[in-house]
Amino acid sequence: MSTPYAKLPAWADYGLIPLINLSVAFIVAGFVVMLVGENPFRAAVILVEGAFGKGTGIAFTLFYATTFIFTGLSVAVAAHCGLFNIGTEGQAYIAGLGVGVVCLAFDSVLPWWLTFPLAIAAGAAVGALWALIPAYLQAKRGSHIVITTIMFNFIAASIMVYLLVGPLKPAASQAPQTRNFLAGAELPKLNWIIELFGAKIRSAPFNICFLLALVMAFLVWLLIWRTKLGYEMRTYGHSPKAARYAGISETRIVLIAMMISGALAGMMTLNPVMGDQHNVAIDFVSGAGFVGIAVALMGRLHPVGIVLAAILFGMLYQGGAELAFEMPAISRDMIVIIQGLVILFAGALEHMFRPYVQALFASFSPRSVGIEAVKGKGA
Amino acid sequence: MDVFIAIVQILDSTIRLSVPLLLACLAGLYSERAGVFDIGLEGKMLVGAFAGAAAASVFHSAFLGLGMAIVMSVAFALVHGFASITHRGNQIVSGVAINFVAAGSTIILGQAWFQQGGRTPALQPGERFEAITLPGASAIHDVPIIGPIYSELLSGHSILVYLAFAMVPFTWWVLFRTRFGLRLRAVGENPAAVDTAGISVAWLRYRALICTGILTGIAGAYLSMVQNGGFVKDMTAGKGYIALAALIFAKWRPVNAMFACLLFGFLDAAAIRLQGSPLPLIGKVPVQFMQALPYVLTVILLAGFIGKAIPPRAGGVPYVKER
Repeated sequence: MSTPYAKLPAWADYGLIPLINLSVAFIVAGFVVMLVGENPFRAAVILVEGAFGKGTGIAFTLFYATTFIFTGLSVAVAAHCGLFNIGTEGQAYIAGLGVGVVCLAFDSVLPWWLTFPLAIAAGAAVGALWALIPAYLQAKRGSHIVITTIMFNFIAASIMVYLLVGPLKPAASQAPQTRNFLAGAELPKLNWIIELFGAKIRSAPFNICFLLALVMAFLVWLLIWRTKLGYEMRTYGHSPKAARYAGISETRIVLIAMMISGALAGMMTLNPVMGDQHNVAIDFVSGAGFVGIAVALMGRLHPVGIVLAAILFGMLYQGGAELAFEMPAISRDMIVIIQGLVILFAGALEHMFRPYVQALFASFSPRSVGIEAVKGKGA
Repeated sequence: MDVFIAIVQILDSTIRLSVPLLLACLAGLYSERAGVFDIGLEGKMLVGAFAGAAAASVFHSAFLGLGMAIVMSVAFALVHGFASITHRGNQIVSGVAINFVAAGSTIILGQAWFQQGGRTPALQPGERFEAITLPGASAIHDVPIIGPIYSELLSGHSILVYLAFAMVPFTWWVLFRTRFGLRLRAVGENPAAVDTAGISVAWLRYRALICTGILTGIAGAYLSMVQNGGFVKDMTAGKGYIALAALIFAKWRPVNAMFACLLFGFLDAAAIRLQGSPLPLIGKVPVQFMQALPYVLTVILLAGFIGKAIPPRAGGVPYVKER
């Protein structure tokens, strides 16, 4: 994609402008808090204290962050290939089927460290397959991937509701969810890591999926910037025409990118299902796929940025729960607004402040915004 | 005769359920025909529903409510325009953002202002749009066949229902028989040509988005002030996306849009009616299957198995003037 804007120094491009965008998003969110009749600064303090003040808070923040790292990576991998995967939500939801079936089948026979890899494979496979159909339709039949993935979100939700109120529900139970898993499908907690630093944790679902998420972030970095496949994906994302000219198969690259994206979305399921609830329940994804869009945009599609952005959103989720407790006027839905504002200012309006920053740079040092090619993306 | 009455009743609820879809679908038609993708229909409807119900219950006037719904929905449409036209941002990203801001802010403000868990107070008579009885409806009610069709199916809807269906020929006329419509379609196919003719691409697209905002506002007002006596959180429940599906299904044409929305409304009505009861020949159909059917049909259509849906050519691409 050619931007009609001149280049900026890398630190301004990857540091300053995202920071300005993010600040504006939070300032606007602050106005909403004022509109509700509360003090935005006090709200911010409660939020940060709730997220990082106590050991339990930190553990919950990192638990939420784990989920968002997966969904953020999922959105980012597709975005590098020029595809907007809005279907991360549905791919994660339907992957609950794969993970759930593995857990239900093996939790009484195998120890967790054997169930876990099987569940990873099942979740990733189901998520990838669910992404494969829209990818195929995009590559072969030219149907717009945004629309098809939205439709697949709804279809996934219908299938899961059907299964969870019917076949997967234990006969004696009323609640629309599977039976609770036995110890063979419960993941070990990581709370002891935080306790090493002297913090006390009552009970928090922070589990080894966090490590899996970090490994995946590293692998995504490796894939995108250090492999031929990643290079082809980025080429296709920048210019499908150039990719075609270079002999890159359009079908192949779209299918692969979307399947990786779907697999990452599917792995997200492990964290809430095996790490926290120990069952598959209706709507267990609860919007995490959409948070992934905000996380990916805020992290500028780079794994390091995504991990940081995921922790920020984990903080908003955990701190937001505390905030709802302290200020009843502000429920957890405040996060949905912040999420929307982040997507708006860091995504759709990412170039709004650019001309001003450029003018500022030009007035200090004209050479820094000169036309000579600066380092390419991904530096 | 019972079967006939049942059919009339299903068709009657088909009309009621397809009205918000139809209004949102026509709304999307304006912006997408002008080359601006809008997946923020859902959010704008939600904002309209909230603003409408809130204003109606505070000012005790249905029409003030409708006006407020339109104003707020247009405001959100302009934000979409500001991001995607003025700043050439990604239209999909902007639409997603609008949906989130709408979903969150309606709940937060609703709770802060009315303290009813995100609901607005139940609307009193006079604060919502009442059903209109068409002339002679009660007189011919007992006439077989025509009677029930006229008095049940056609009469007894609110003014917004008739407005929604009147918008179909009106939209067709605007798009295909006026200068504005010609330019609007042109800007969705080839904005450079419109620019060359000395017409502002940005201003045209903004006007298209204002039309979108007005219609989503009415759609939202219908949900909270006709179908329901007040706002409930997340009350659009994916209708904006179904409208989007209907728009594709209709291949971006107004009259087709009406039939697509009626079809999706019918599926919804049938799903509610059939809940649990078996169909002849097929047996029992899960409700979830009926709910998923509009999406499945749209995917099949998009895949090119039922004709081909070709979107406006410049859709989703911000216009950059040559320099």
